[in-house]
Amino acid sequence: MAAEATLNNENPNSKSWSGGVSPFSISWGKMMMWFFLVSDAFTFSSLIVAYGAFRHRHTQVWPTANDVFTHFPFVHEHIPLAYVGLMTFILIMSSVTMVLAVDAGHRRDNRNVAIWLGLTIIGGFMFVGSQAWEWYNFITGTPKGALITNMGEIYRFPENAPSLHAHSHTAIPDWALIAPNHKIIVDKAEVERIKSISKPIKGANLVNNEYGHPLFADFFFFITGFHGFHVFSGVVINLIIFFNVLSGVYARRGHYEHIEKTGLYWHFVDLVWVFVFTFFYLV
Amino acid sequence: MSENHNHEMHGYYTGDIHNQFVPEHYDPKNRSVIWRTFWILLIITIAEVAIAFTSISKEILMVIFITLTIVKAYFIVAFFMHLKHEKLSLAYCILLPFVLIVYLIVMSLTEANYLNLWDLIFN
Repeated sequence: MAAEATLNNENPNSKSWSGGVSPFSISWGKMMMWFFLVSDAFTFSSLIVAYGAFRHRHTQVWPTANDVFTHFPFVHEHIPLAYVGLMTFILIMSSVTMVLAVDAGHRRDNRNVAIWLGLTIIGGFMFVGSQAWEWYNFITGTPKGALITNMGEIYRFPENAPSLHAHSHTAIPDWALIAPNHKIIVDKAEVERIKSISKPIKGANLVNNEYGHPLFADFFFFITGFHGFHVFSGVVINLIIFFNVLSGVYARRGHYEHIEKTGLYWHFVDLVWVFVFTFFYLV
Repeated sequence: MSENHNHEMHGYYTGDIHNQFVPEHYDPKNRSVIWRTFWILLIITIAEVAIAFTSISKEILMVIFITLTIVKAYFIVAFFMHLKHEKLSLAYCILLPFVLIVYLIVMSLTEANYLNLWDLIFN
């Protein structure tokens, strides 16, 4: 009896898996996009967890992000978090325009799909450009740079450590040095000794990092680079879809499901940035 | 969930070679949900930047930031990526594998903290 009931699809739960319908009520293309995003999320998770592990491993000497990313266009003062906050806003905004393009697709409104998708592409280019500027400042470094001892330890100058000024109760003298573990060295003899065994260093690359531990720079370049590569790929895919919309491919096809699949990818890129923003800049 | 269930009954198979099923989930309320989600994300981000400059201790800030990040992730996945309106079985297929990431976090950070402690004691 039970077997018959199953064969006759009387059980509503078994009906969706007995063929002829989409069990998840979505197209295979969207389902595969979801599963691709799951695997991509695993890649990003592994990278961010690796970053977290090395940060905990070297927690005493890890640089403070608020002392590293302090630039804002046309402003000379240190303003931490402002620029990356703006970048986050740009990416969230482009996610909104993308979801509005998907929404216009549901209404079969070709003109609005093109408008919102066009704005999404502009947002994507703005974000990639902002990231390039962030990299440029990080690679160039501060005007004065820092000191690297023959043991490879980085000693920074007080002017490059604005977050310490905020937390220090007494004024930090100009000739002081900031040790790798963020302690302020005010003993003049000790400062001279460190200077005698050090050479100047400027900017950050994969080997050296004037802001502190080189692994900070390595992970920054790799994770934001990998994310930026995803954004760039997304912009290219969006451009292809955009030209398809303009030439009426989806209007002729009768549905705009392609926009939904591209949209899923684009929101995923935004989602990853939310995590990068938290773990690189906030905590 | 029941209204969503009725919702996803509507849809059609396209006539193309892949014969894809396209659900019909247009709802005039969609756009107000999109803008509401946008404002929530924007306000959370501004709040995060603002409380970063307060004198709250670093440990409490870390808990707040990670919680707010998960809240933001929920709104992006549920409303922008529309997962809240997909079938529950699909949502489980997508979300459950991330239990493994929780395991990876616990494992990696335990190891890292142990090595750090080792350095502090013996160097």
